[in-house]
Amino acid sequence: MDLRTTKYPMPVRDPLVRNRDFEEVSLGYDGETARHEAQRCLHCKAHPCVDGCPVSVMIPDFIAKIAEGDFEGAYRIIGESSSLPAVCGRVCPQERQCEKFCVRGVKGEPVGIGRLERFAADYHLSHSEKTDRPVSNGHRVAVVGSGPAGLACAGELAKRGYEVTVFEALHTAGGVLVYGIPEFRLPKEIVRREVEHLLGLGVKIEMDSVIGRLYTVEELKRELGFEAVFLGTGAGLPRFMGIKGENAKGVFSANEYLTRANLMKAYEADSATPIYRGKRVAVVGGGNVAMDAARTAKRLGAEKVFIVYRRSREELPARREEVEHAVEEEIELQLLTNPVEIVTDGDNNVVALECVRMELGEPDESGRRRPVVKEGSEFRIEADCVIMALGTSPNPLIKQTTAGLLTKPRGEIAADENGKTSLEGVFAGGDAVTGSATVILAMGAGKVAARAIDEFIAGKE
Amino acid sequence: MFRILKRRELNKSVTLIEIEAPQIAKKALAGQFVILRTDERGERIPLTVAGTDQGRGAVCVIFQVVGATTMSLDRKREGDTIADLVGPLGNPTELDGIKKAIVVGGGVGCAIALPVARRLHELGADVRSVIGFRTRGAVILEEEFRACSDVSVTTDDGSYGETGNVCIPLKRLLEREKFDAVYAIGPLVMMKFVALTTKPYGVKTVASMNPIMIDGTGMCGCCRVTVDGEMKFACVDGPDFDAQKIDFDEAIGRNRSYLAFEAEAREKHCNLYKKEGN
Repeated sequence: MDLRTTKYPMPVRDPLVRNRDFEEVSLGYDGETARHEAQRCLHCKAHPCVDGCPVSVMIPDFIAKIAEGDFEGAYRIIGESSSLPAVCGRVCPQERQCEKFCVRGVKGEPVGIGRLERFAADYHLSHSEKTDRPVSNGHRVAVVGSGPAGLACAGELAKRGYEVTVFEALHTAGGVLVYGIPEFRLPKEIVRREVEHLLGLGVKIEMDSVIGRLYTVEELKRELGFEAVFLGTGAGLPRFMGIKGENAKGVFSANEYLTRANLMKAYEADSATPIYRGKRVAVVGGGNVAMDAARTAKRLGAEKVFIVYRRSREELPARREEVEHAVEEEIELQLLTNPVEIVTDGDNNVVALECVRMELGEPDESGRRRPVVKEGSEFRIEADCVIMALGTSPNPLIKQTTAGLLTKPRGEIAADENGKTSLEGVFAGGDAVTGSATVILAMGAGKVAARAIDEFIAGKE
Repeated sequence: MFRILKRRELNKSVTLIEIEAPQIAKKALAGQFVILRTDERGERIPLTVAGTDQGRGAVCVIFQVVGATTMSLDRKREGDTIADLVGPLGNPTELDGIKKAIVVGGGVGCAIALPVARRLHELGADVRSVIGFRTRGAVILEEEFRACSDVSVTTDDGSYGETGNVCIPLKRLLEREKFDAVYAIGPLVMMKFVALTTKPYGVKTVASMNPIMIDGTGMCGCCRVTVDGEMKFACVDGPDFDAQKIDFDEAIGRNRSYLAFEAEAREKHCNLYKKEGN
């Protein structure tokens, strides 16, 4: 037992060096540090951490394996519940999930569960040998989208012997893991290895394939002979605020800005894709995507980067670690601040963001205190670039092209807790069903749907 | 990888290529577009489908050499491959119930206007085409338009056809006869003036927008256009919109967002080829 009250520190790169390049910020524990951190776990009977995990990873068990030095054993335990541990260890909001409930957190810091998960997964990735390809059961399933939900669903089905084809709209597999989350937070090499692992299991991935256009969902079943289809098409179009100036030059959605940087590698000298390098950048929003956009802007050479968020620091939806890293990297937080207009020059270029200050009033339906405008508090943030990171609304494509597929009032695909949709043999999960959420929830939904698909196909025989 | 089956230079700066993509060829309809990447480091560019040949499984696109990407695409020869071709994207042009229409094409936009004229002709409509170019040497696809419509050609400098821009014959047609619809496809400035020209006649006028895009599937939000005061996305809501309701001035500005970058890339690209040539 290690009675240290704080987590063993995560080695990170110098903030003022790392905010100029795109290499990973956190370097990960070495074996010795991981074993020490693992010994901080009390192995309490109730293991509340497991209940805090959206996919119920047997956390104390894998931590015990790390403490013993059986790192591969730790990975196997995580792998029973999670499909993408190297990803989740890096991007899960642990402080709101497993670590929130850790008993060690009552007096001091909780066990660094996320860090340990990442360690076990990275160890496995650098030591694992080729996976054996399961024997085919002859049944074919189509997975639409290669983001966290699709990858998890495909992996789970492949392990059960299904012949899985994943259809990806973009030219690279990984969905939000490649177009959204930046290299400095999630190296694309990790995503590539996860994808390779799936290919090793016999999964086929068809890039450049927009389902709804190239083939409809109906055609996947009728013409291509897939017995079931999983829709993991992700979140959709970016939201904007509806304020003046949002279509000015220099205003971007975070999706566009991050796609240019991450998927198209616009920050590299030899990339053919342009990206706007603002000098003073204002990012509107407080989630992980906002932090990612702000930190990307800094790395692209911005002198000043602001996060503009209408509530207080406590309510920021981003992972705590990302907020801390952003602040260390000299991103300025403009909290309790709300934009009212994007100010432009005569040529429709952005010159400033007109804002008002907010104060917190009574709690709203989400339980968070509602921000209200402070009278007479108008002020301007000078900026030549504004990035909107306000979440997304569902992509209409599948809905428009799939007769009989029911959607929720706001347009997300309607699916039950097992991912079943209104159409027989069609399942869905991830952001396409929930709206913008987390990687782990999407991954969990993909896994659950895979089991439901297995039951559905087995039940037909 | 997608193979180039055919390549033909239509004029000095406009090239037609046919790319092997049987499923896209089977699905693509007039008004839809594809996104392509020439190679692994390339950018994604949207190009409207200029035609398909289902028998040969070919998708035809016509492009003007303007930037680094179109330059490298123009260097591809028959038998060469491009890295990616995605499509068909966007909504097909709505042509149902149209009996009599004018199709207006400007410059390389004629490549996109042609399938609309063809499709209307196939549907039995009375089709008039007004195609405008800078100068005689820039004229493309005239024969193809003549095969499916009555054609008026204009050139800015008067070196071929009627002198002036497309709005002159367009106005003349609208003065003489009644039409169900006008389809405008070309530079934004041309479409803006087509909309202004047709407005007094109250004829349904559709413009095909071709904004900057990245994914083209409804994810990035780059292709937003203001239509009737509302934010629309050309990739999933368009690319066709009611021309009377489009904020063309804003769209013109947005399309110029990366001019400096494009100029630099073009410069670099040209220098690269000069070196290769040595």
